[in-house]
Amino acid sequence: MTEKTLRKGNEALAEGAIRAGVRFFAGYPITPQNEVPEYMSAHIADEGGAFVQAESELAAINMVYGAAATGTRAMTSSSSPGISLKQEGITYLASADLPCLIVNVMRGGPGLGSISGAQGDYFQATRGGGNGDYRVIVLAPNSVEELGNFPKLAFDLAEKYRMPAMILADGILGQMMESMAFNFDPVDPNKLGKFDWAVDIHKNGRAKANVFSYKGDNLIADVVERAKRYGLIEKTEARFEERNCENADVILVAYGLSSRACLEAVNHAKEQGLKVGLFRPITLWPFPEKQIAALAGHCKGILVAEMNAGQMIEDVRWAVNGRIPVRHYGRFGGIVPDPSEIKEELIKFANHAE
Amino acid sequence: MPRIEVDANRCKACYLCVSVCPKKCLGKSKTISKKGYFPAVQERPQDCIGCKMCYVMCPDVAITVLKD
Amino acid sequence: MQNDVIAPENLVYAKPKLMNDTPMHYCAGCSHGVVHKLVAEVIEEMGMADKAIGVSPVGCAVFAYRYLDIDWQEAAHGRAPAVATGIKRCWPDRLVFTYQGDGDLAAIGTAETLHMLNRGENIPIIFINNAIYGMTGGQMAPTTLIGQKTTTCPYGRDPKLNGYPLKITEMAAMLNGTCFVSRQSVENVASIRKAKRAIRKAFQSAMDGKGSSLVEIVSTCSSGWKLSPVKANEWLEEHMLEFYQKGDLKDTTGY
Repeated sequence: MTEKTLRKGNEALAEGAIRAGVRFFAGYPITPQNEVPEYMSAHIADEGGAFVQAESELAAINMVYGAAATGTRAMTSSSSPGISLKQEGITYLASADLPCLIVNVMRGGPGLGSISGAQGDYFQATRGGGNGDYRVIVLAPNSVEELGNFPKLAFDLAEKYRMPAMILADGILGQMMESMAFNFDPVDPNKLGKFDWAVDIHKNGRAKANVFSYKGDNLIADVVERAKRYGLIEKTEARFEERNCENADVILVAYGLSSRACLEAVNHAKEQGLKVGLFRPITLWPFPEKQIAALAGHCKGILVAEMNAGQMIEDVRWAVNGRIPVRHYGRFGGIVPDPSEIKEELIKFANHAE
Repeated sequence: MPRIEVDANRCKACYLCVSVCPKKCLGKSKTISKKGYFPAVQERPQDCIGCKMCYVMCPDVAITVLKD
Repeated sequence: MQNDVIAPENLVYAKPKLMNDTPMHYCAGCSHGVVHKLVAEVIEEMGMADKAIGVSPVGCAVFAYRYLDIDWQEAAHGRAPAVATGIKRCWPDRLVFTYQGDGDLAAIGTAETLHMLNRGENIPIIFINNAIYGMTGGQMAPTTLIGQKTTTCPYGRDPKLNGYPLKITEMAAMLNGTCFVSRQSVENVASIRKAKRAIRKAFQSAMDGKGSSLVEIVSTCSSGWKLSPVKANEWLEEHMLEFYQKGDLKDTTGY
C-alpha cells in the first residue's frame, strides 16, 4: 500500500511491475511505450534484476521465453506493430505453459499506423496472432492506477494457470499522468517459491527439465488439457465493472480508455433523465460473457464504444445472441471519443431502441 | 586383449568405424538388426589394438571399447 | 548392451554418462551424433552436468533434449541465442549454451546470433554447418556452396540467383563481444579431437565470464547431400574445407 502520487502511466506500469517482482525485462524501443524500458533500465538492477535492450521485438519476447523458463517473473512491453512481431514468442510461451507478462501500449494501425492511442488490437490480443490453439489472459486497465496495479494481478493469474498474460493499454493511458496508489505490498520474488517446472537441473534429485513446444505424440493431450484449463478460467476469472446497469434501458459497453469517456457520457445522460449504464470488461479474455448475457435479459439495447472500427462488439453480440440490438460507436486513427458525442449517440440509440 | 562391442540397437550401419579402423578389423554384419540395419561388427578381434578411433568416429555412440 | 556385466577396470571407452539409451533419430553417419557426444563429454569433464542448460534449435537437432541428460529449452527457429540470453541473465552461474544449425543460425536467426555474440553474453554457440536444410529435406542453406545442388537450387547454387555462401563465423570473429571463435570439423578422428578441445575452450570461457564464443563444426548431411556417410566425409574434405577453412579465427581467452 502506498500514498497517492502523481505518475505517468508507463512509469506507473514499470514501477508496478518491479513491485510485482519482475526481475527480467527485455524490450525494443517503440512509441508510445518507451518510458517502460527506460524506467526498467534505470531501476530493475537495483532489485537484482536484469534489463536487456534487445535487437528486435522477436529477440525480446524470446529472451522472455528463456527467462520465464527459469521461474523468474519476466516481461516485455511494446506497442502494436511490435506486438505483431512478438506473436511467435507468445505462442511458444503458451505451448510451453510458461507464465510471463506482455504489455501492449496500443497505437493506431494496421501497419506502422500512427503513434496516437488506439484500441485496434483487441482481436490480436484476444484471438492471438500466433499459431495454434492457445489463449492469453488479457487485462484492460482504464486508469494509471490500474496500469500500476495490474502487473501483480497479471503474474498471479499467469502463474496460477501457467500461461502468458497481457496488459492491453493504449498510448494515451501510457502517456497521461494521474494520481495513483499501489494497492499491494512489494513482492519478494525469493518468497514466491521454486516452480517445479522451471529449467533447473537435477535439483533435489529430480529428473532433468525440458521446456519444449514441439509436442509430437503429446500434442493432442496437451491441447485437450489446456482447453480444459481455459474453460476453467472462462468460468472463474472474468473481471468487470458495472455502473448503473441494474435499471438501465441502454447500456454502454467499453473497456480501457474509451470507458472513461463513456462513464462521463453516462453521467451526463443520467442528468438528462435517461436510464443508462456502463459495463466495463476488465478482462478481455476471459470475456465476461455471462454477465453481458444477463444484461441482455433486462435492458433494451447495448452500445459498444471502442477506439477501433468494431472488434469487441463481436464478443458482445456473441453474448447477447440476438436478443436485443447491439450497435457500435467507434472512433479510430488516434482519436479519443468525446463524452458529448458518445452521449448524443447514446440518446439517438435510446430513442431508436424504444 | 582389447576388443570392442557394437550396440546393434544404436548402430545405423554408416560404417564410419570400418573406414577409420587402422587395423581393418571391423566389418559389416551378415545378420540384420531389429532396426533393419546390417550393423558393424568386429570381424577380427585378435587384431584390435584398443586405439578407440572407432569409438571417437561413431556418430551413434554405439561402440564400447573393452579390454579383457 | 552388456555394459552391466563389464568390470570397470576392463572398460576403456563407453558412451558418456550424460548420453542416455535413447537411440538418436539422426540419419546414418550424421555429424550431429558425434558433436552430441563431444558436448556430453565436455560437460562431464567440466563437472557441469548439474548446471548445464542447452538451448536446442529448430532443425534436426530439435530433439537434442532426448539424448543428452541435461536440462534443455527448445527455441523457435533462429531464436536460441535470445532464449539463452534470457536464461543466462537470470542464472549467471549456469552453463548455458546454444546448439544451432546453419539455417537456424545464419539465416532466420542471424540477428539474434550476431547480437548475442556482440553483447558478449557468456554463452557459447555450437554451430553445425552442413550447408543444407536437413530436417526439411535438403533445401539450399545460407552456407550452401557455389555450385552445390540442393532441392531449391537443383542446378547448383548460382550467385546471380541465390547470392553467396555466408561466412558468419568470420563475421563473429570481428565482434568485440566474442572471446573465442573457431571453425572445426568432425570428418576424421584427428578433427574430432580438435573439435572437442574447441568446445571445451568455448564452454570454459563462458564459465570464466570472458564473453561469447562460437564453434562452427563443418559437418556432413549424407542424406541431404545424397552420398554415403563415407563419401560425404570425403566430399566435406574436398569441397567444404576448401571454402570453410578450419582454425581459430579469434582467441582472446588466454588459456
